[in-house]
Amino acid sequence: MSEQTNIWPLWEVFVRSSRGLSHVHAGSLHAPDAAMALRNARDLYTRRNEGVSIWVVPSDAISSSDPDSKGAYFESPQGKDYRHATYYTKSEGVKHL
Amino acid sequence: MAAASLQSVPQPQPGRDTEVLSEADAAGQAYFDRIIAEDSRIEPRDWMPVAYRKTLVRQVSQHAHSEIIGMQPEANWITRAPSLKRKAILMAKVQDEAGHGLYLYSAAETLGTSRDTMTQQLLEGKAKYSSIFNYPARTWADMGAIGWLVDGAAIANQVPLCRASFGPYGRAMVRICKEESFHQRQGFEILLELSHGTPAQRQMAQDAVDRFYAPALMMFGPPDEDSPNSKQSMAWNIKRFSNDELRQRFVGMIAEQVKVLGLTLPDPDLRYDEETGTWIHMDLNWDEFKAVIAGNGPCNAQRMARRREAHENGAWVREAAKAYAEKQAAKHVTIGAA
Repeated sequence: MSEQTNIWPLWEVFVRSSRGLSHVHAGSLHAPDAAMALRNARDLYTRRNEGVSIWVVPSDAISSSDPDSKGAYFESPQGKDYRHATYYTKSEGVKHL
Repeated sequence: MAAASLQSVPQPQPGRDTEVLSEADAAGQAYFDRIIAEDSRIEPRDWMPVAYRKTLVRQVSQHAHSEIIGMQPEANWITRAPSLKRKAILMAKVQDEAGHGLYLYSAAETLGTSRDTMTQQLLEGKAKYSSIFNYPARTWADMGAIGWLVDGAAIANQVPLCRASFGPYGRAMVRICKEESFHQRQGFEILLELSHGTPAQRQMAQDAVDRFYAPALMMFGPPDEDSPNSKQSMAWNIKRFSNDELRQRFVGMIAEQVKVLGLTLPDPDLRYDEETGTWIHMDLNWDEFKAVIAGNGPCNAQRMARRREAHENGAWVREAAKAYAEKQAAKHVTIGAA
């Protein structure tokens, strides 16, 4: 068996479960092109009415935050509780606020 | 802050326990240990010990192979299913098994081993799959016993895996478990209809249960004292319960369900032990289990031959699709340039 490995590229699949909701990552698959990736995604990820719309994106077209930076990249919002409504307690009991 | 491609597959990292770790690896190990201690999830691009990665690639790919090989005993019955409805149901189930295999190959690929490599390992006989699929499906009632007992045992095993510490594996298992419950119910229904049918149909159902009972119990793997890897898998939060614990739990469930079927389980020792709160079942033939795993079950050769044949027969499809995609891409470039 001298078959070349990975002859089909990898695609990431995003599915919109119903109108009004965002597309959410469902998984990945291999396909030779976008049209086949969409067909395969339909057969693989929406066999039970899980979706009304599908996006497929070549995996190598996605950039992600550096996993090595761990928490550091997301540090800035920490310690800034005042960005949340729950920070403001003096108004407790006041209606419609 | 460097942006990283999703596809830059992380290389196996030198996390050898026996040697002194580099500073980066020591930090990685500490981070990994903290995530496991918090019962949180490890994601593909996180640092992980070499042995953890290796264990997962082996387990998830074996699981994927089992789904793919598991299509065969049932696919053999599609043309002989007794009604159009049963054919449609069986086709949906076999399609699900293919889907489950693909979810699992995707999960395993995030660990840095390509699907093609895993497929090669299966085709060359280097990879294992569940021993249960090396037993023949002789009668229509076997479709019932496979759904009820084999898929039932798979569910009992897989529900705790939804909480496996490796994120992609757990997510694949959530999807699979949702779909498996239809499999078990349809099998139960086949047996229920047969057990309420003619005496011959009832006998056929009982015979199928008799043949699949012990092999289904063996699906949980060897007894705890003979399962050296289980302890480490549990420490890593991949496995949540031991083989024996899951097995006795499953026996308890089917011991009740079999009454609804009006059939019996072929187990003279079966009883609930009030003292320990566990189900006791007969001793299983572990020599048979080992022989089947080693390739000497009734159908090993047939299953592998069929899998190789399907792969070879599909080669021209894979090549044609690739050639078409390249042609379309070239056409697109030409139009774009004009």
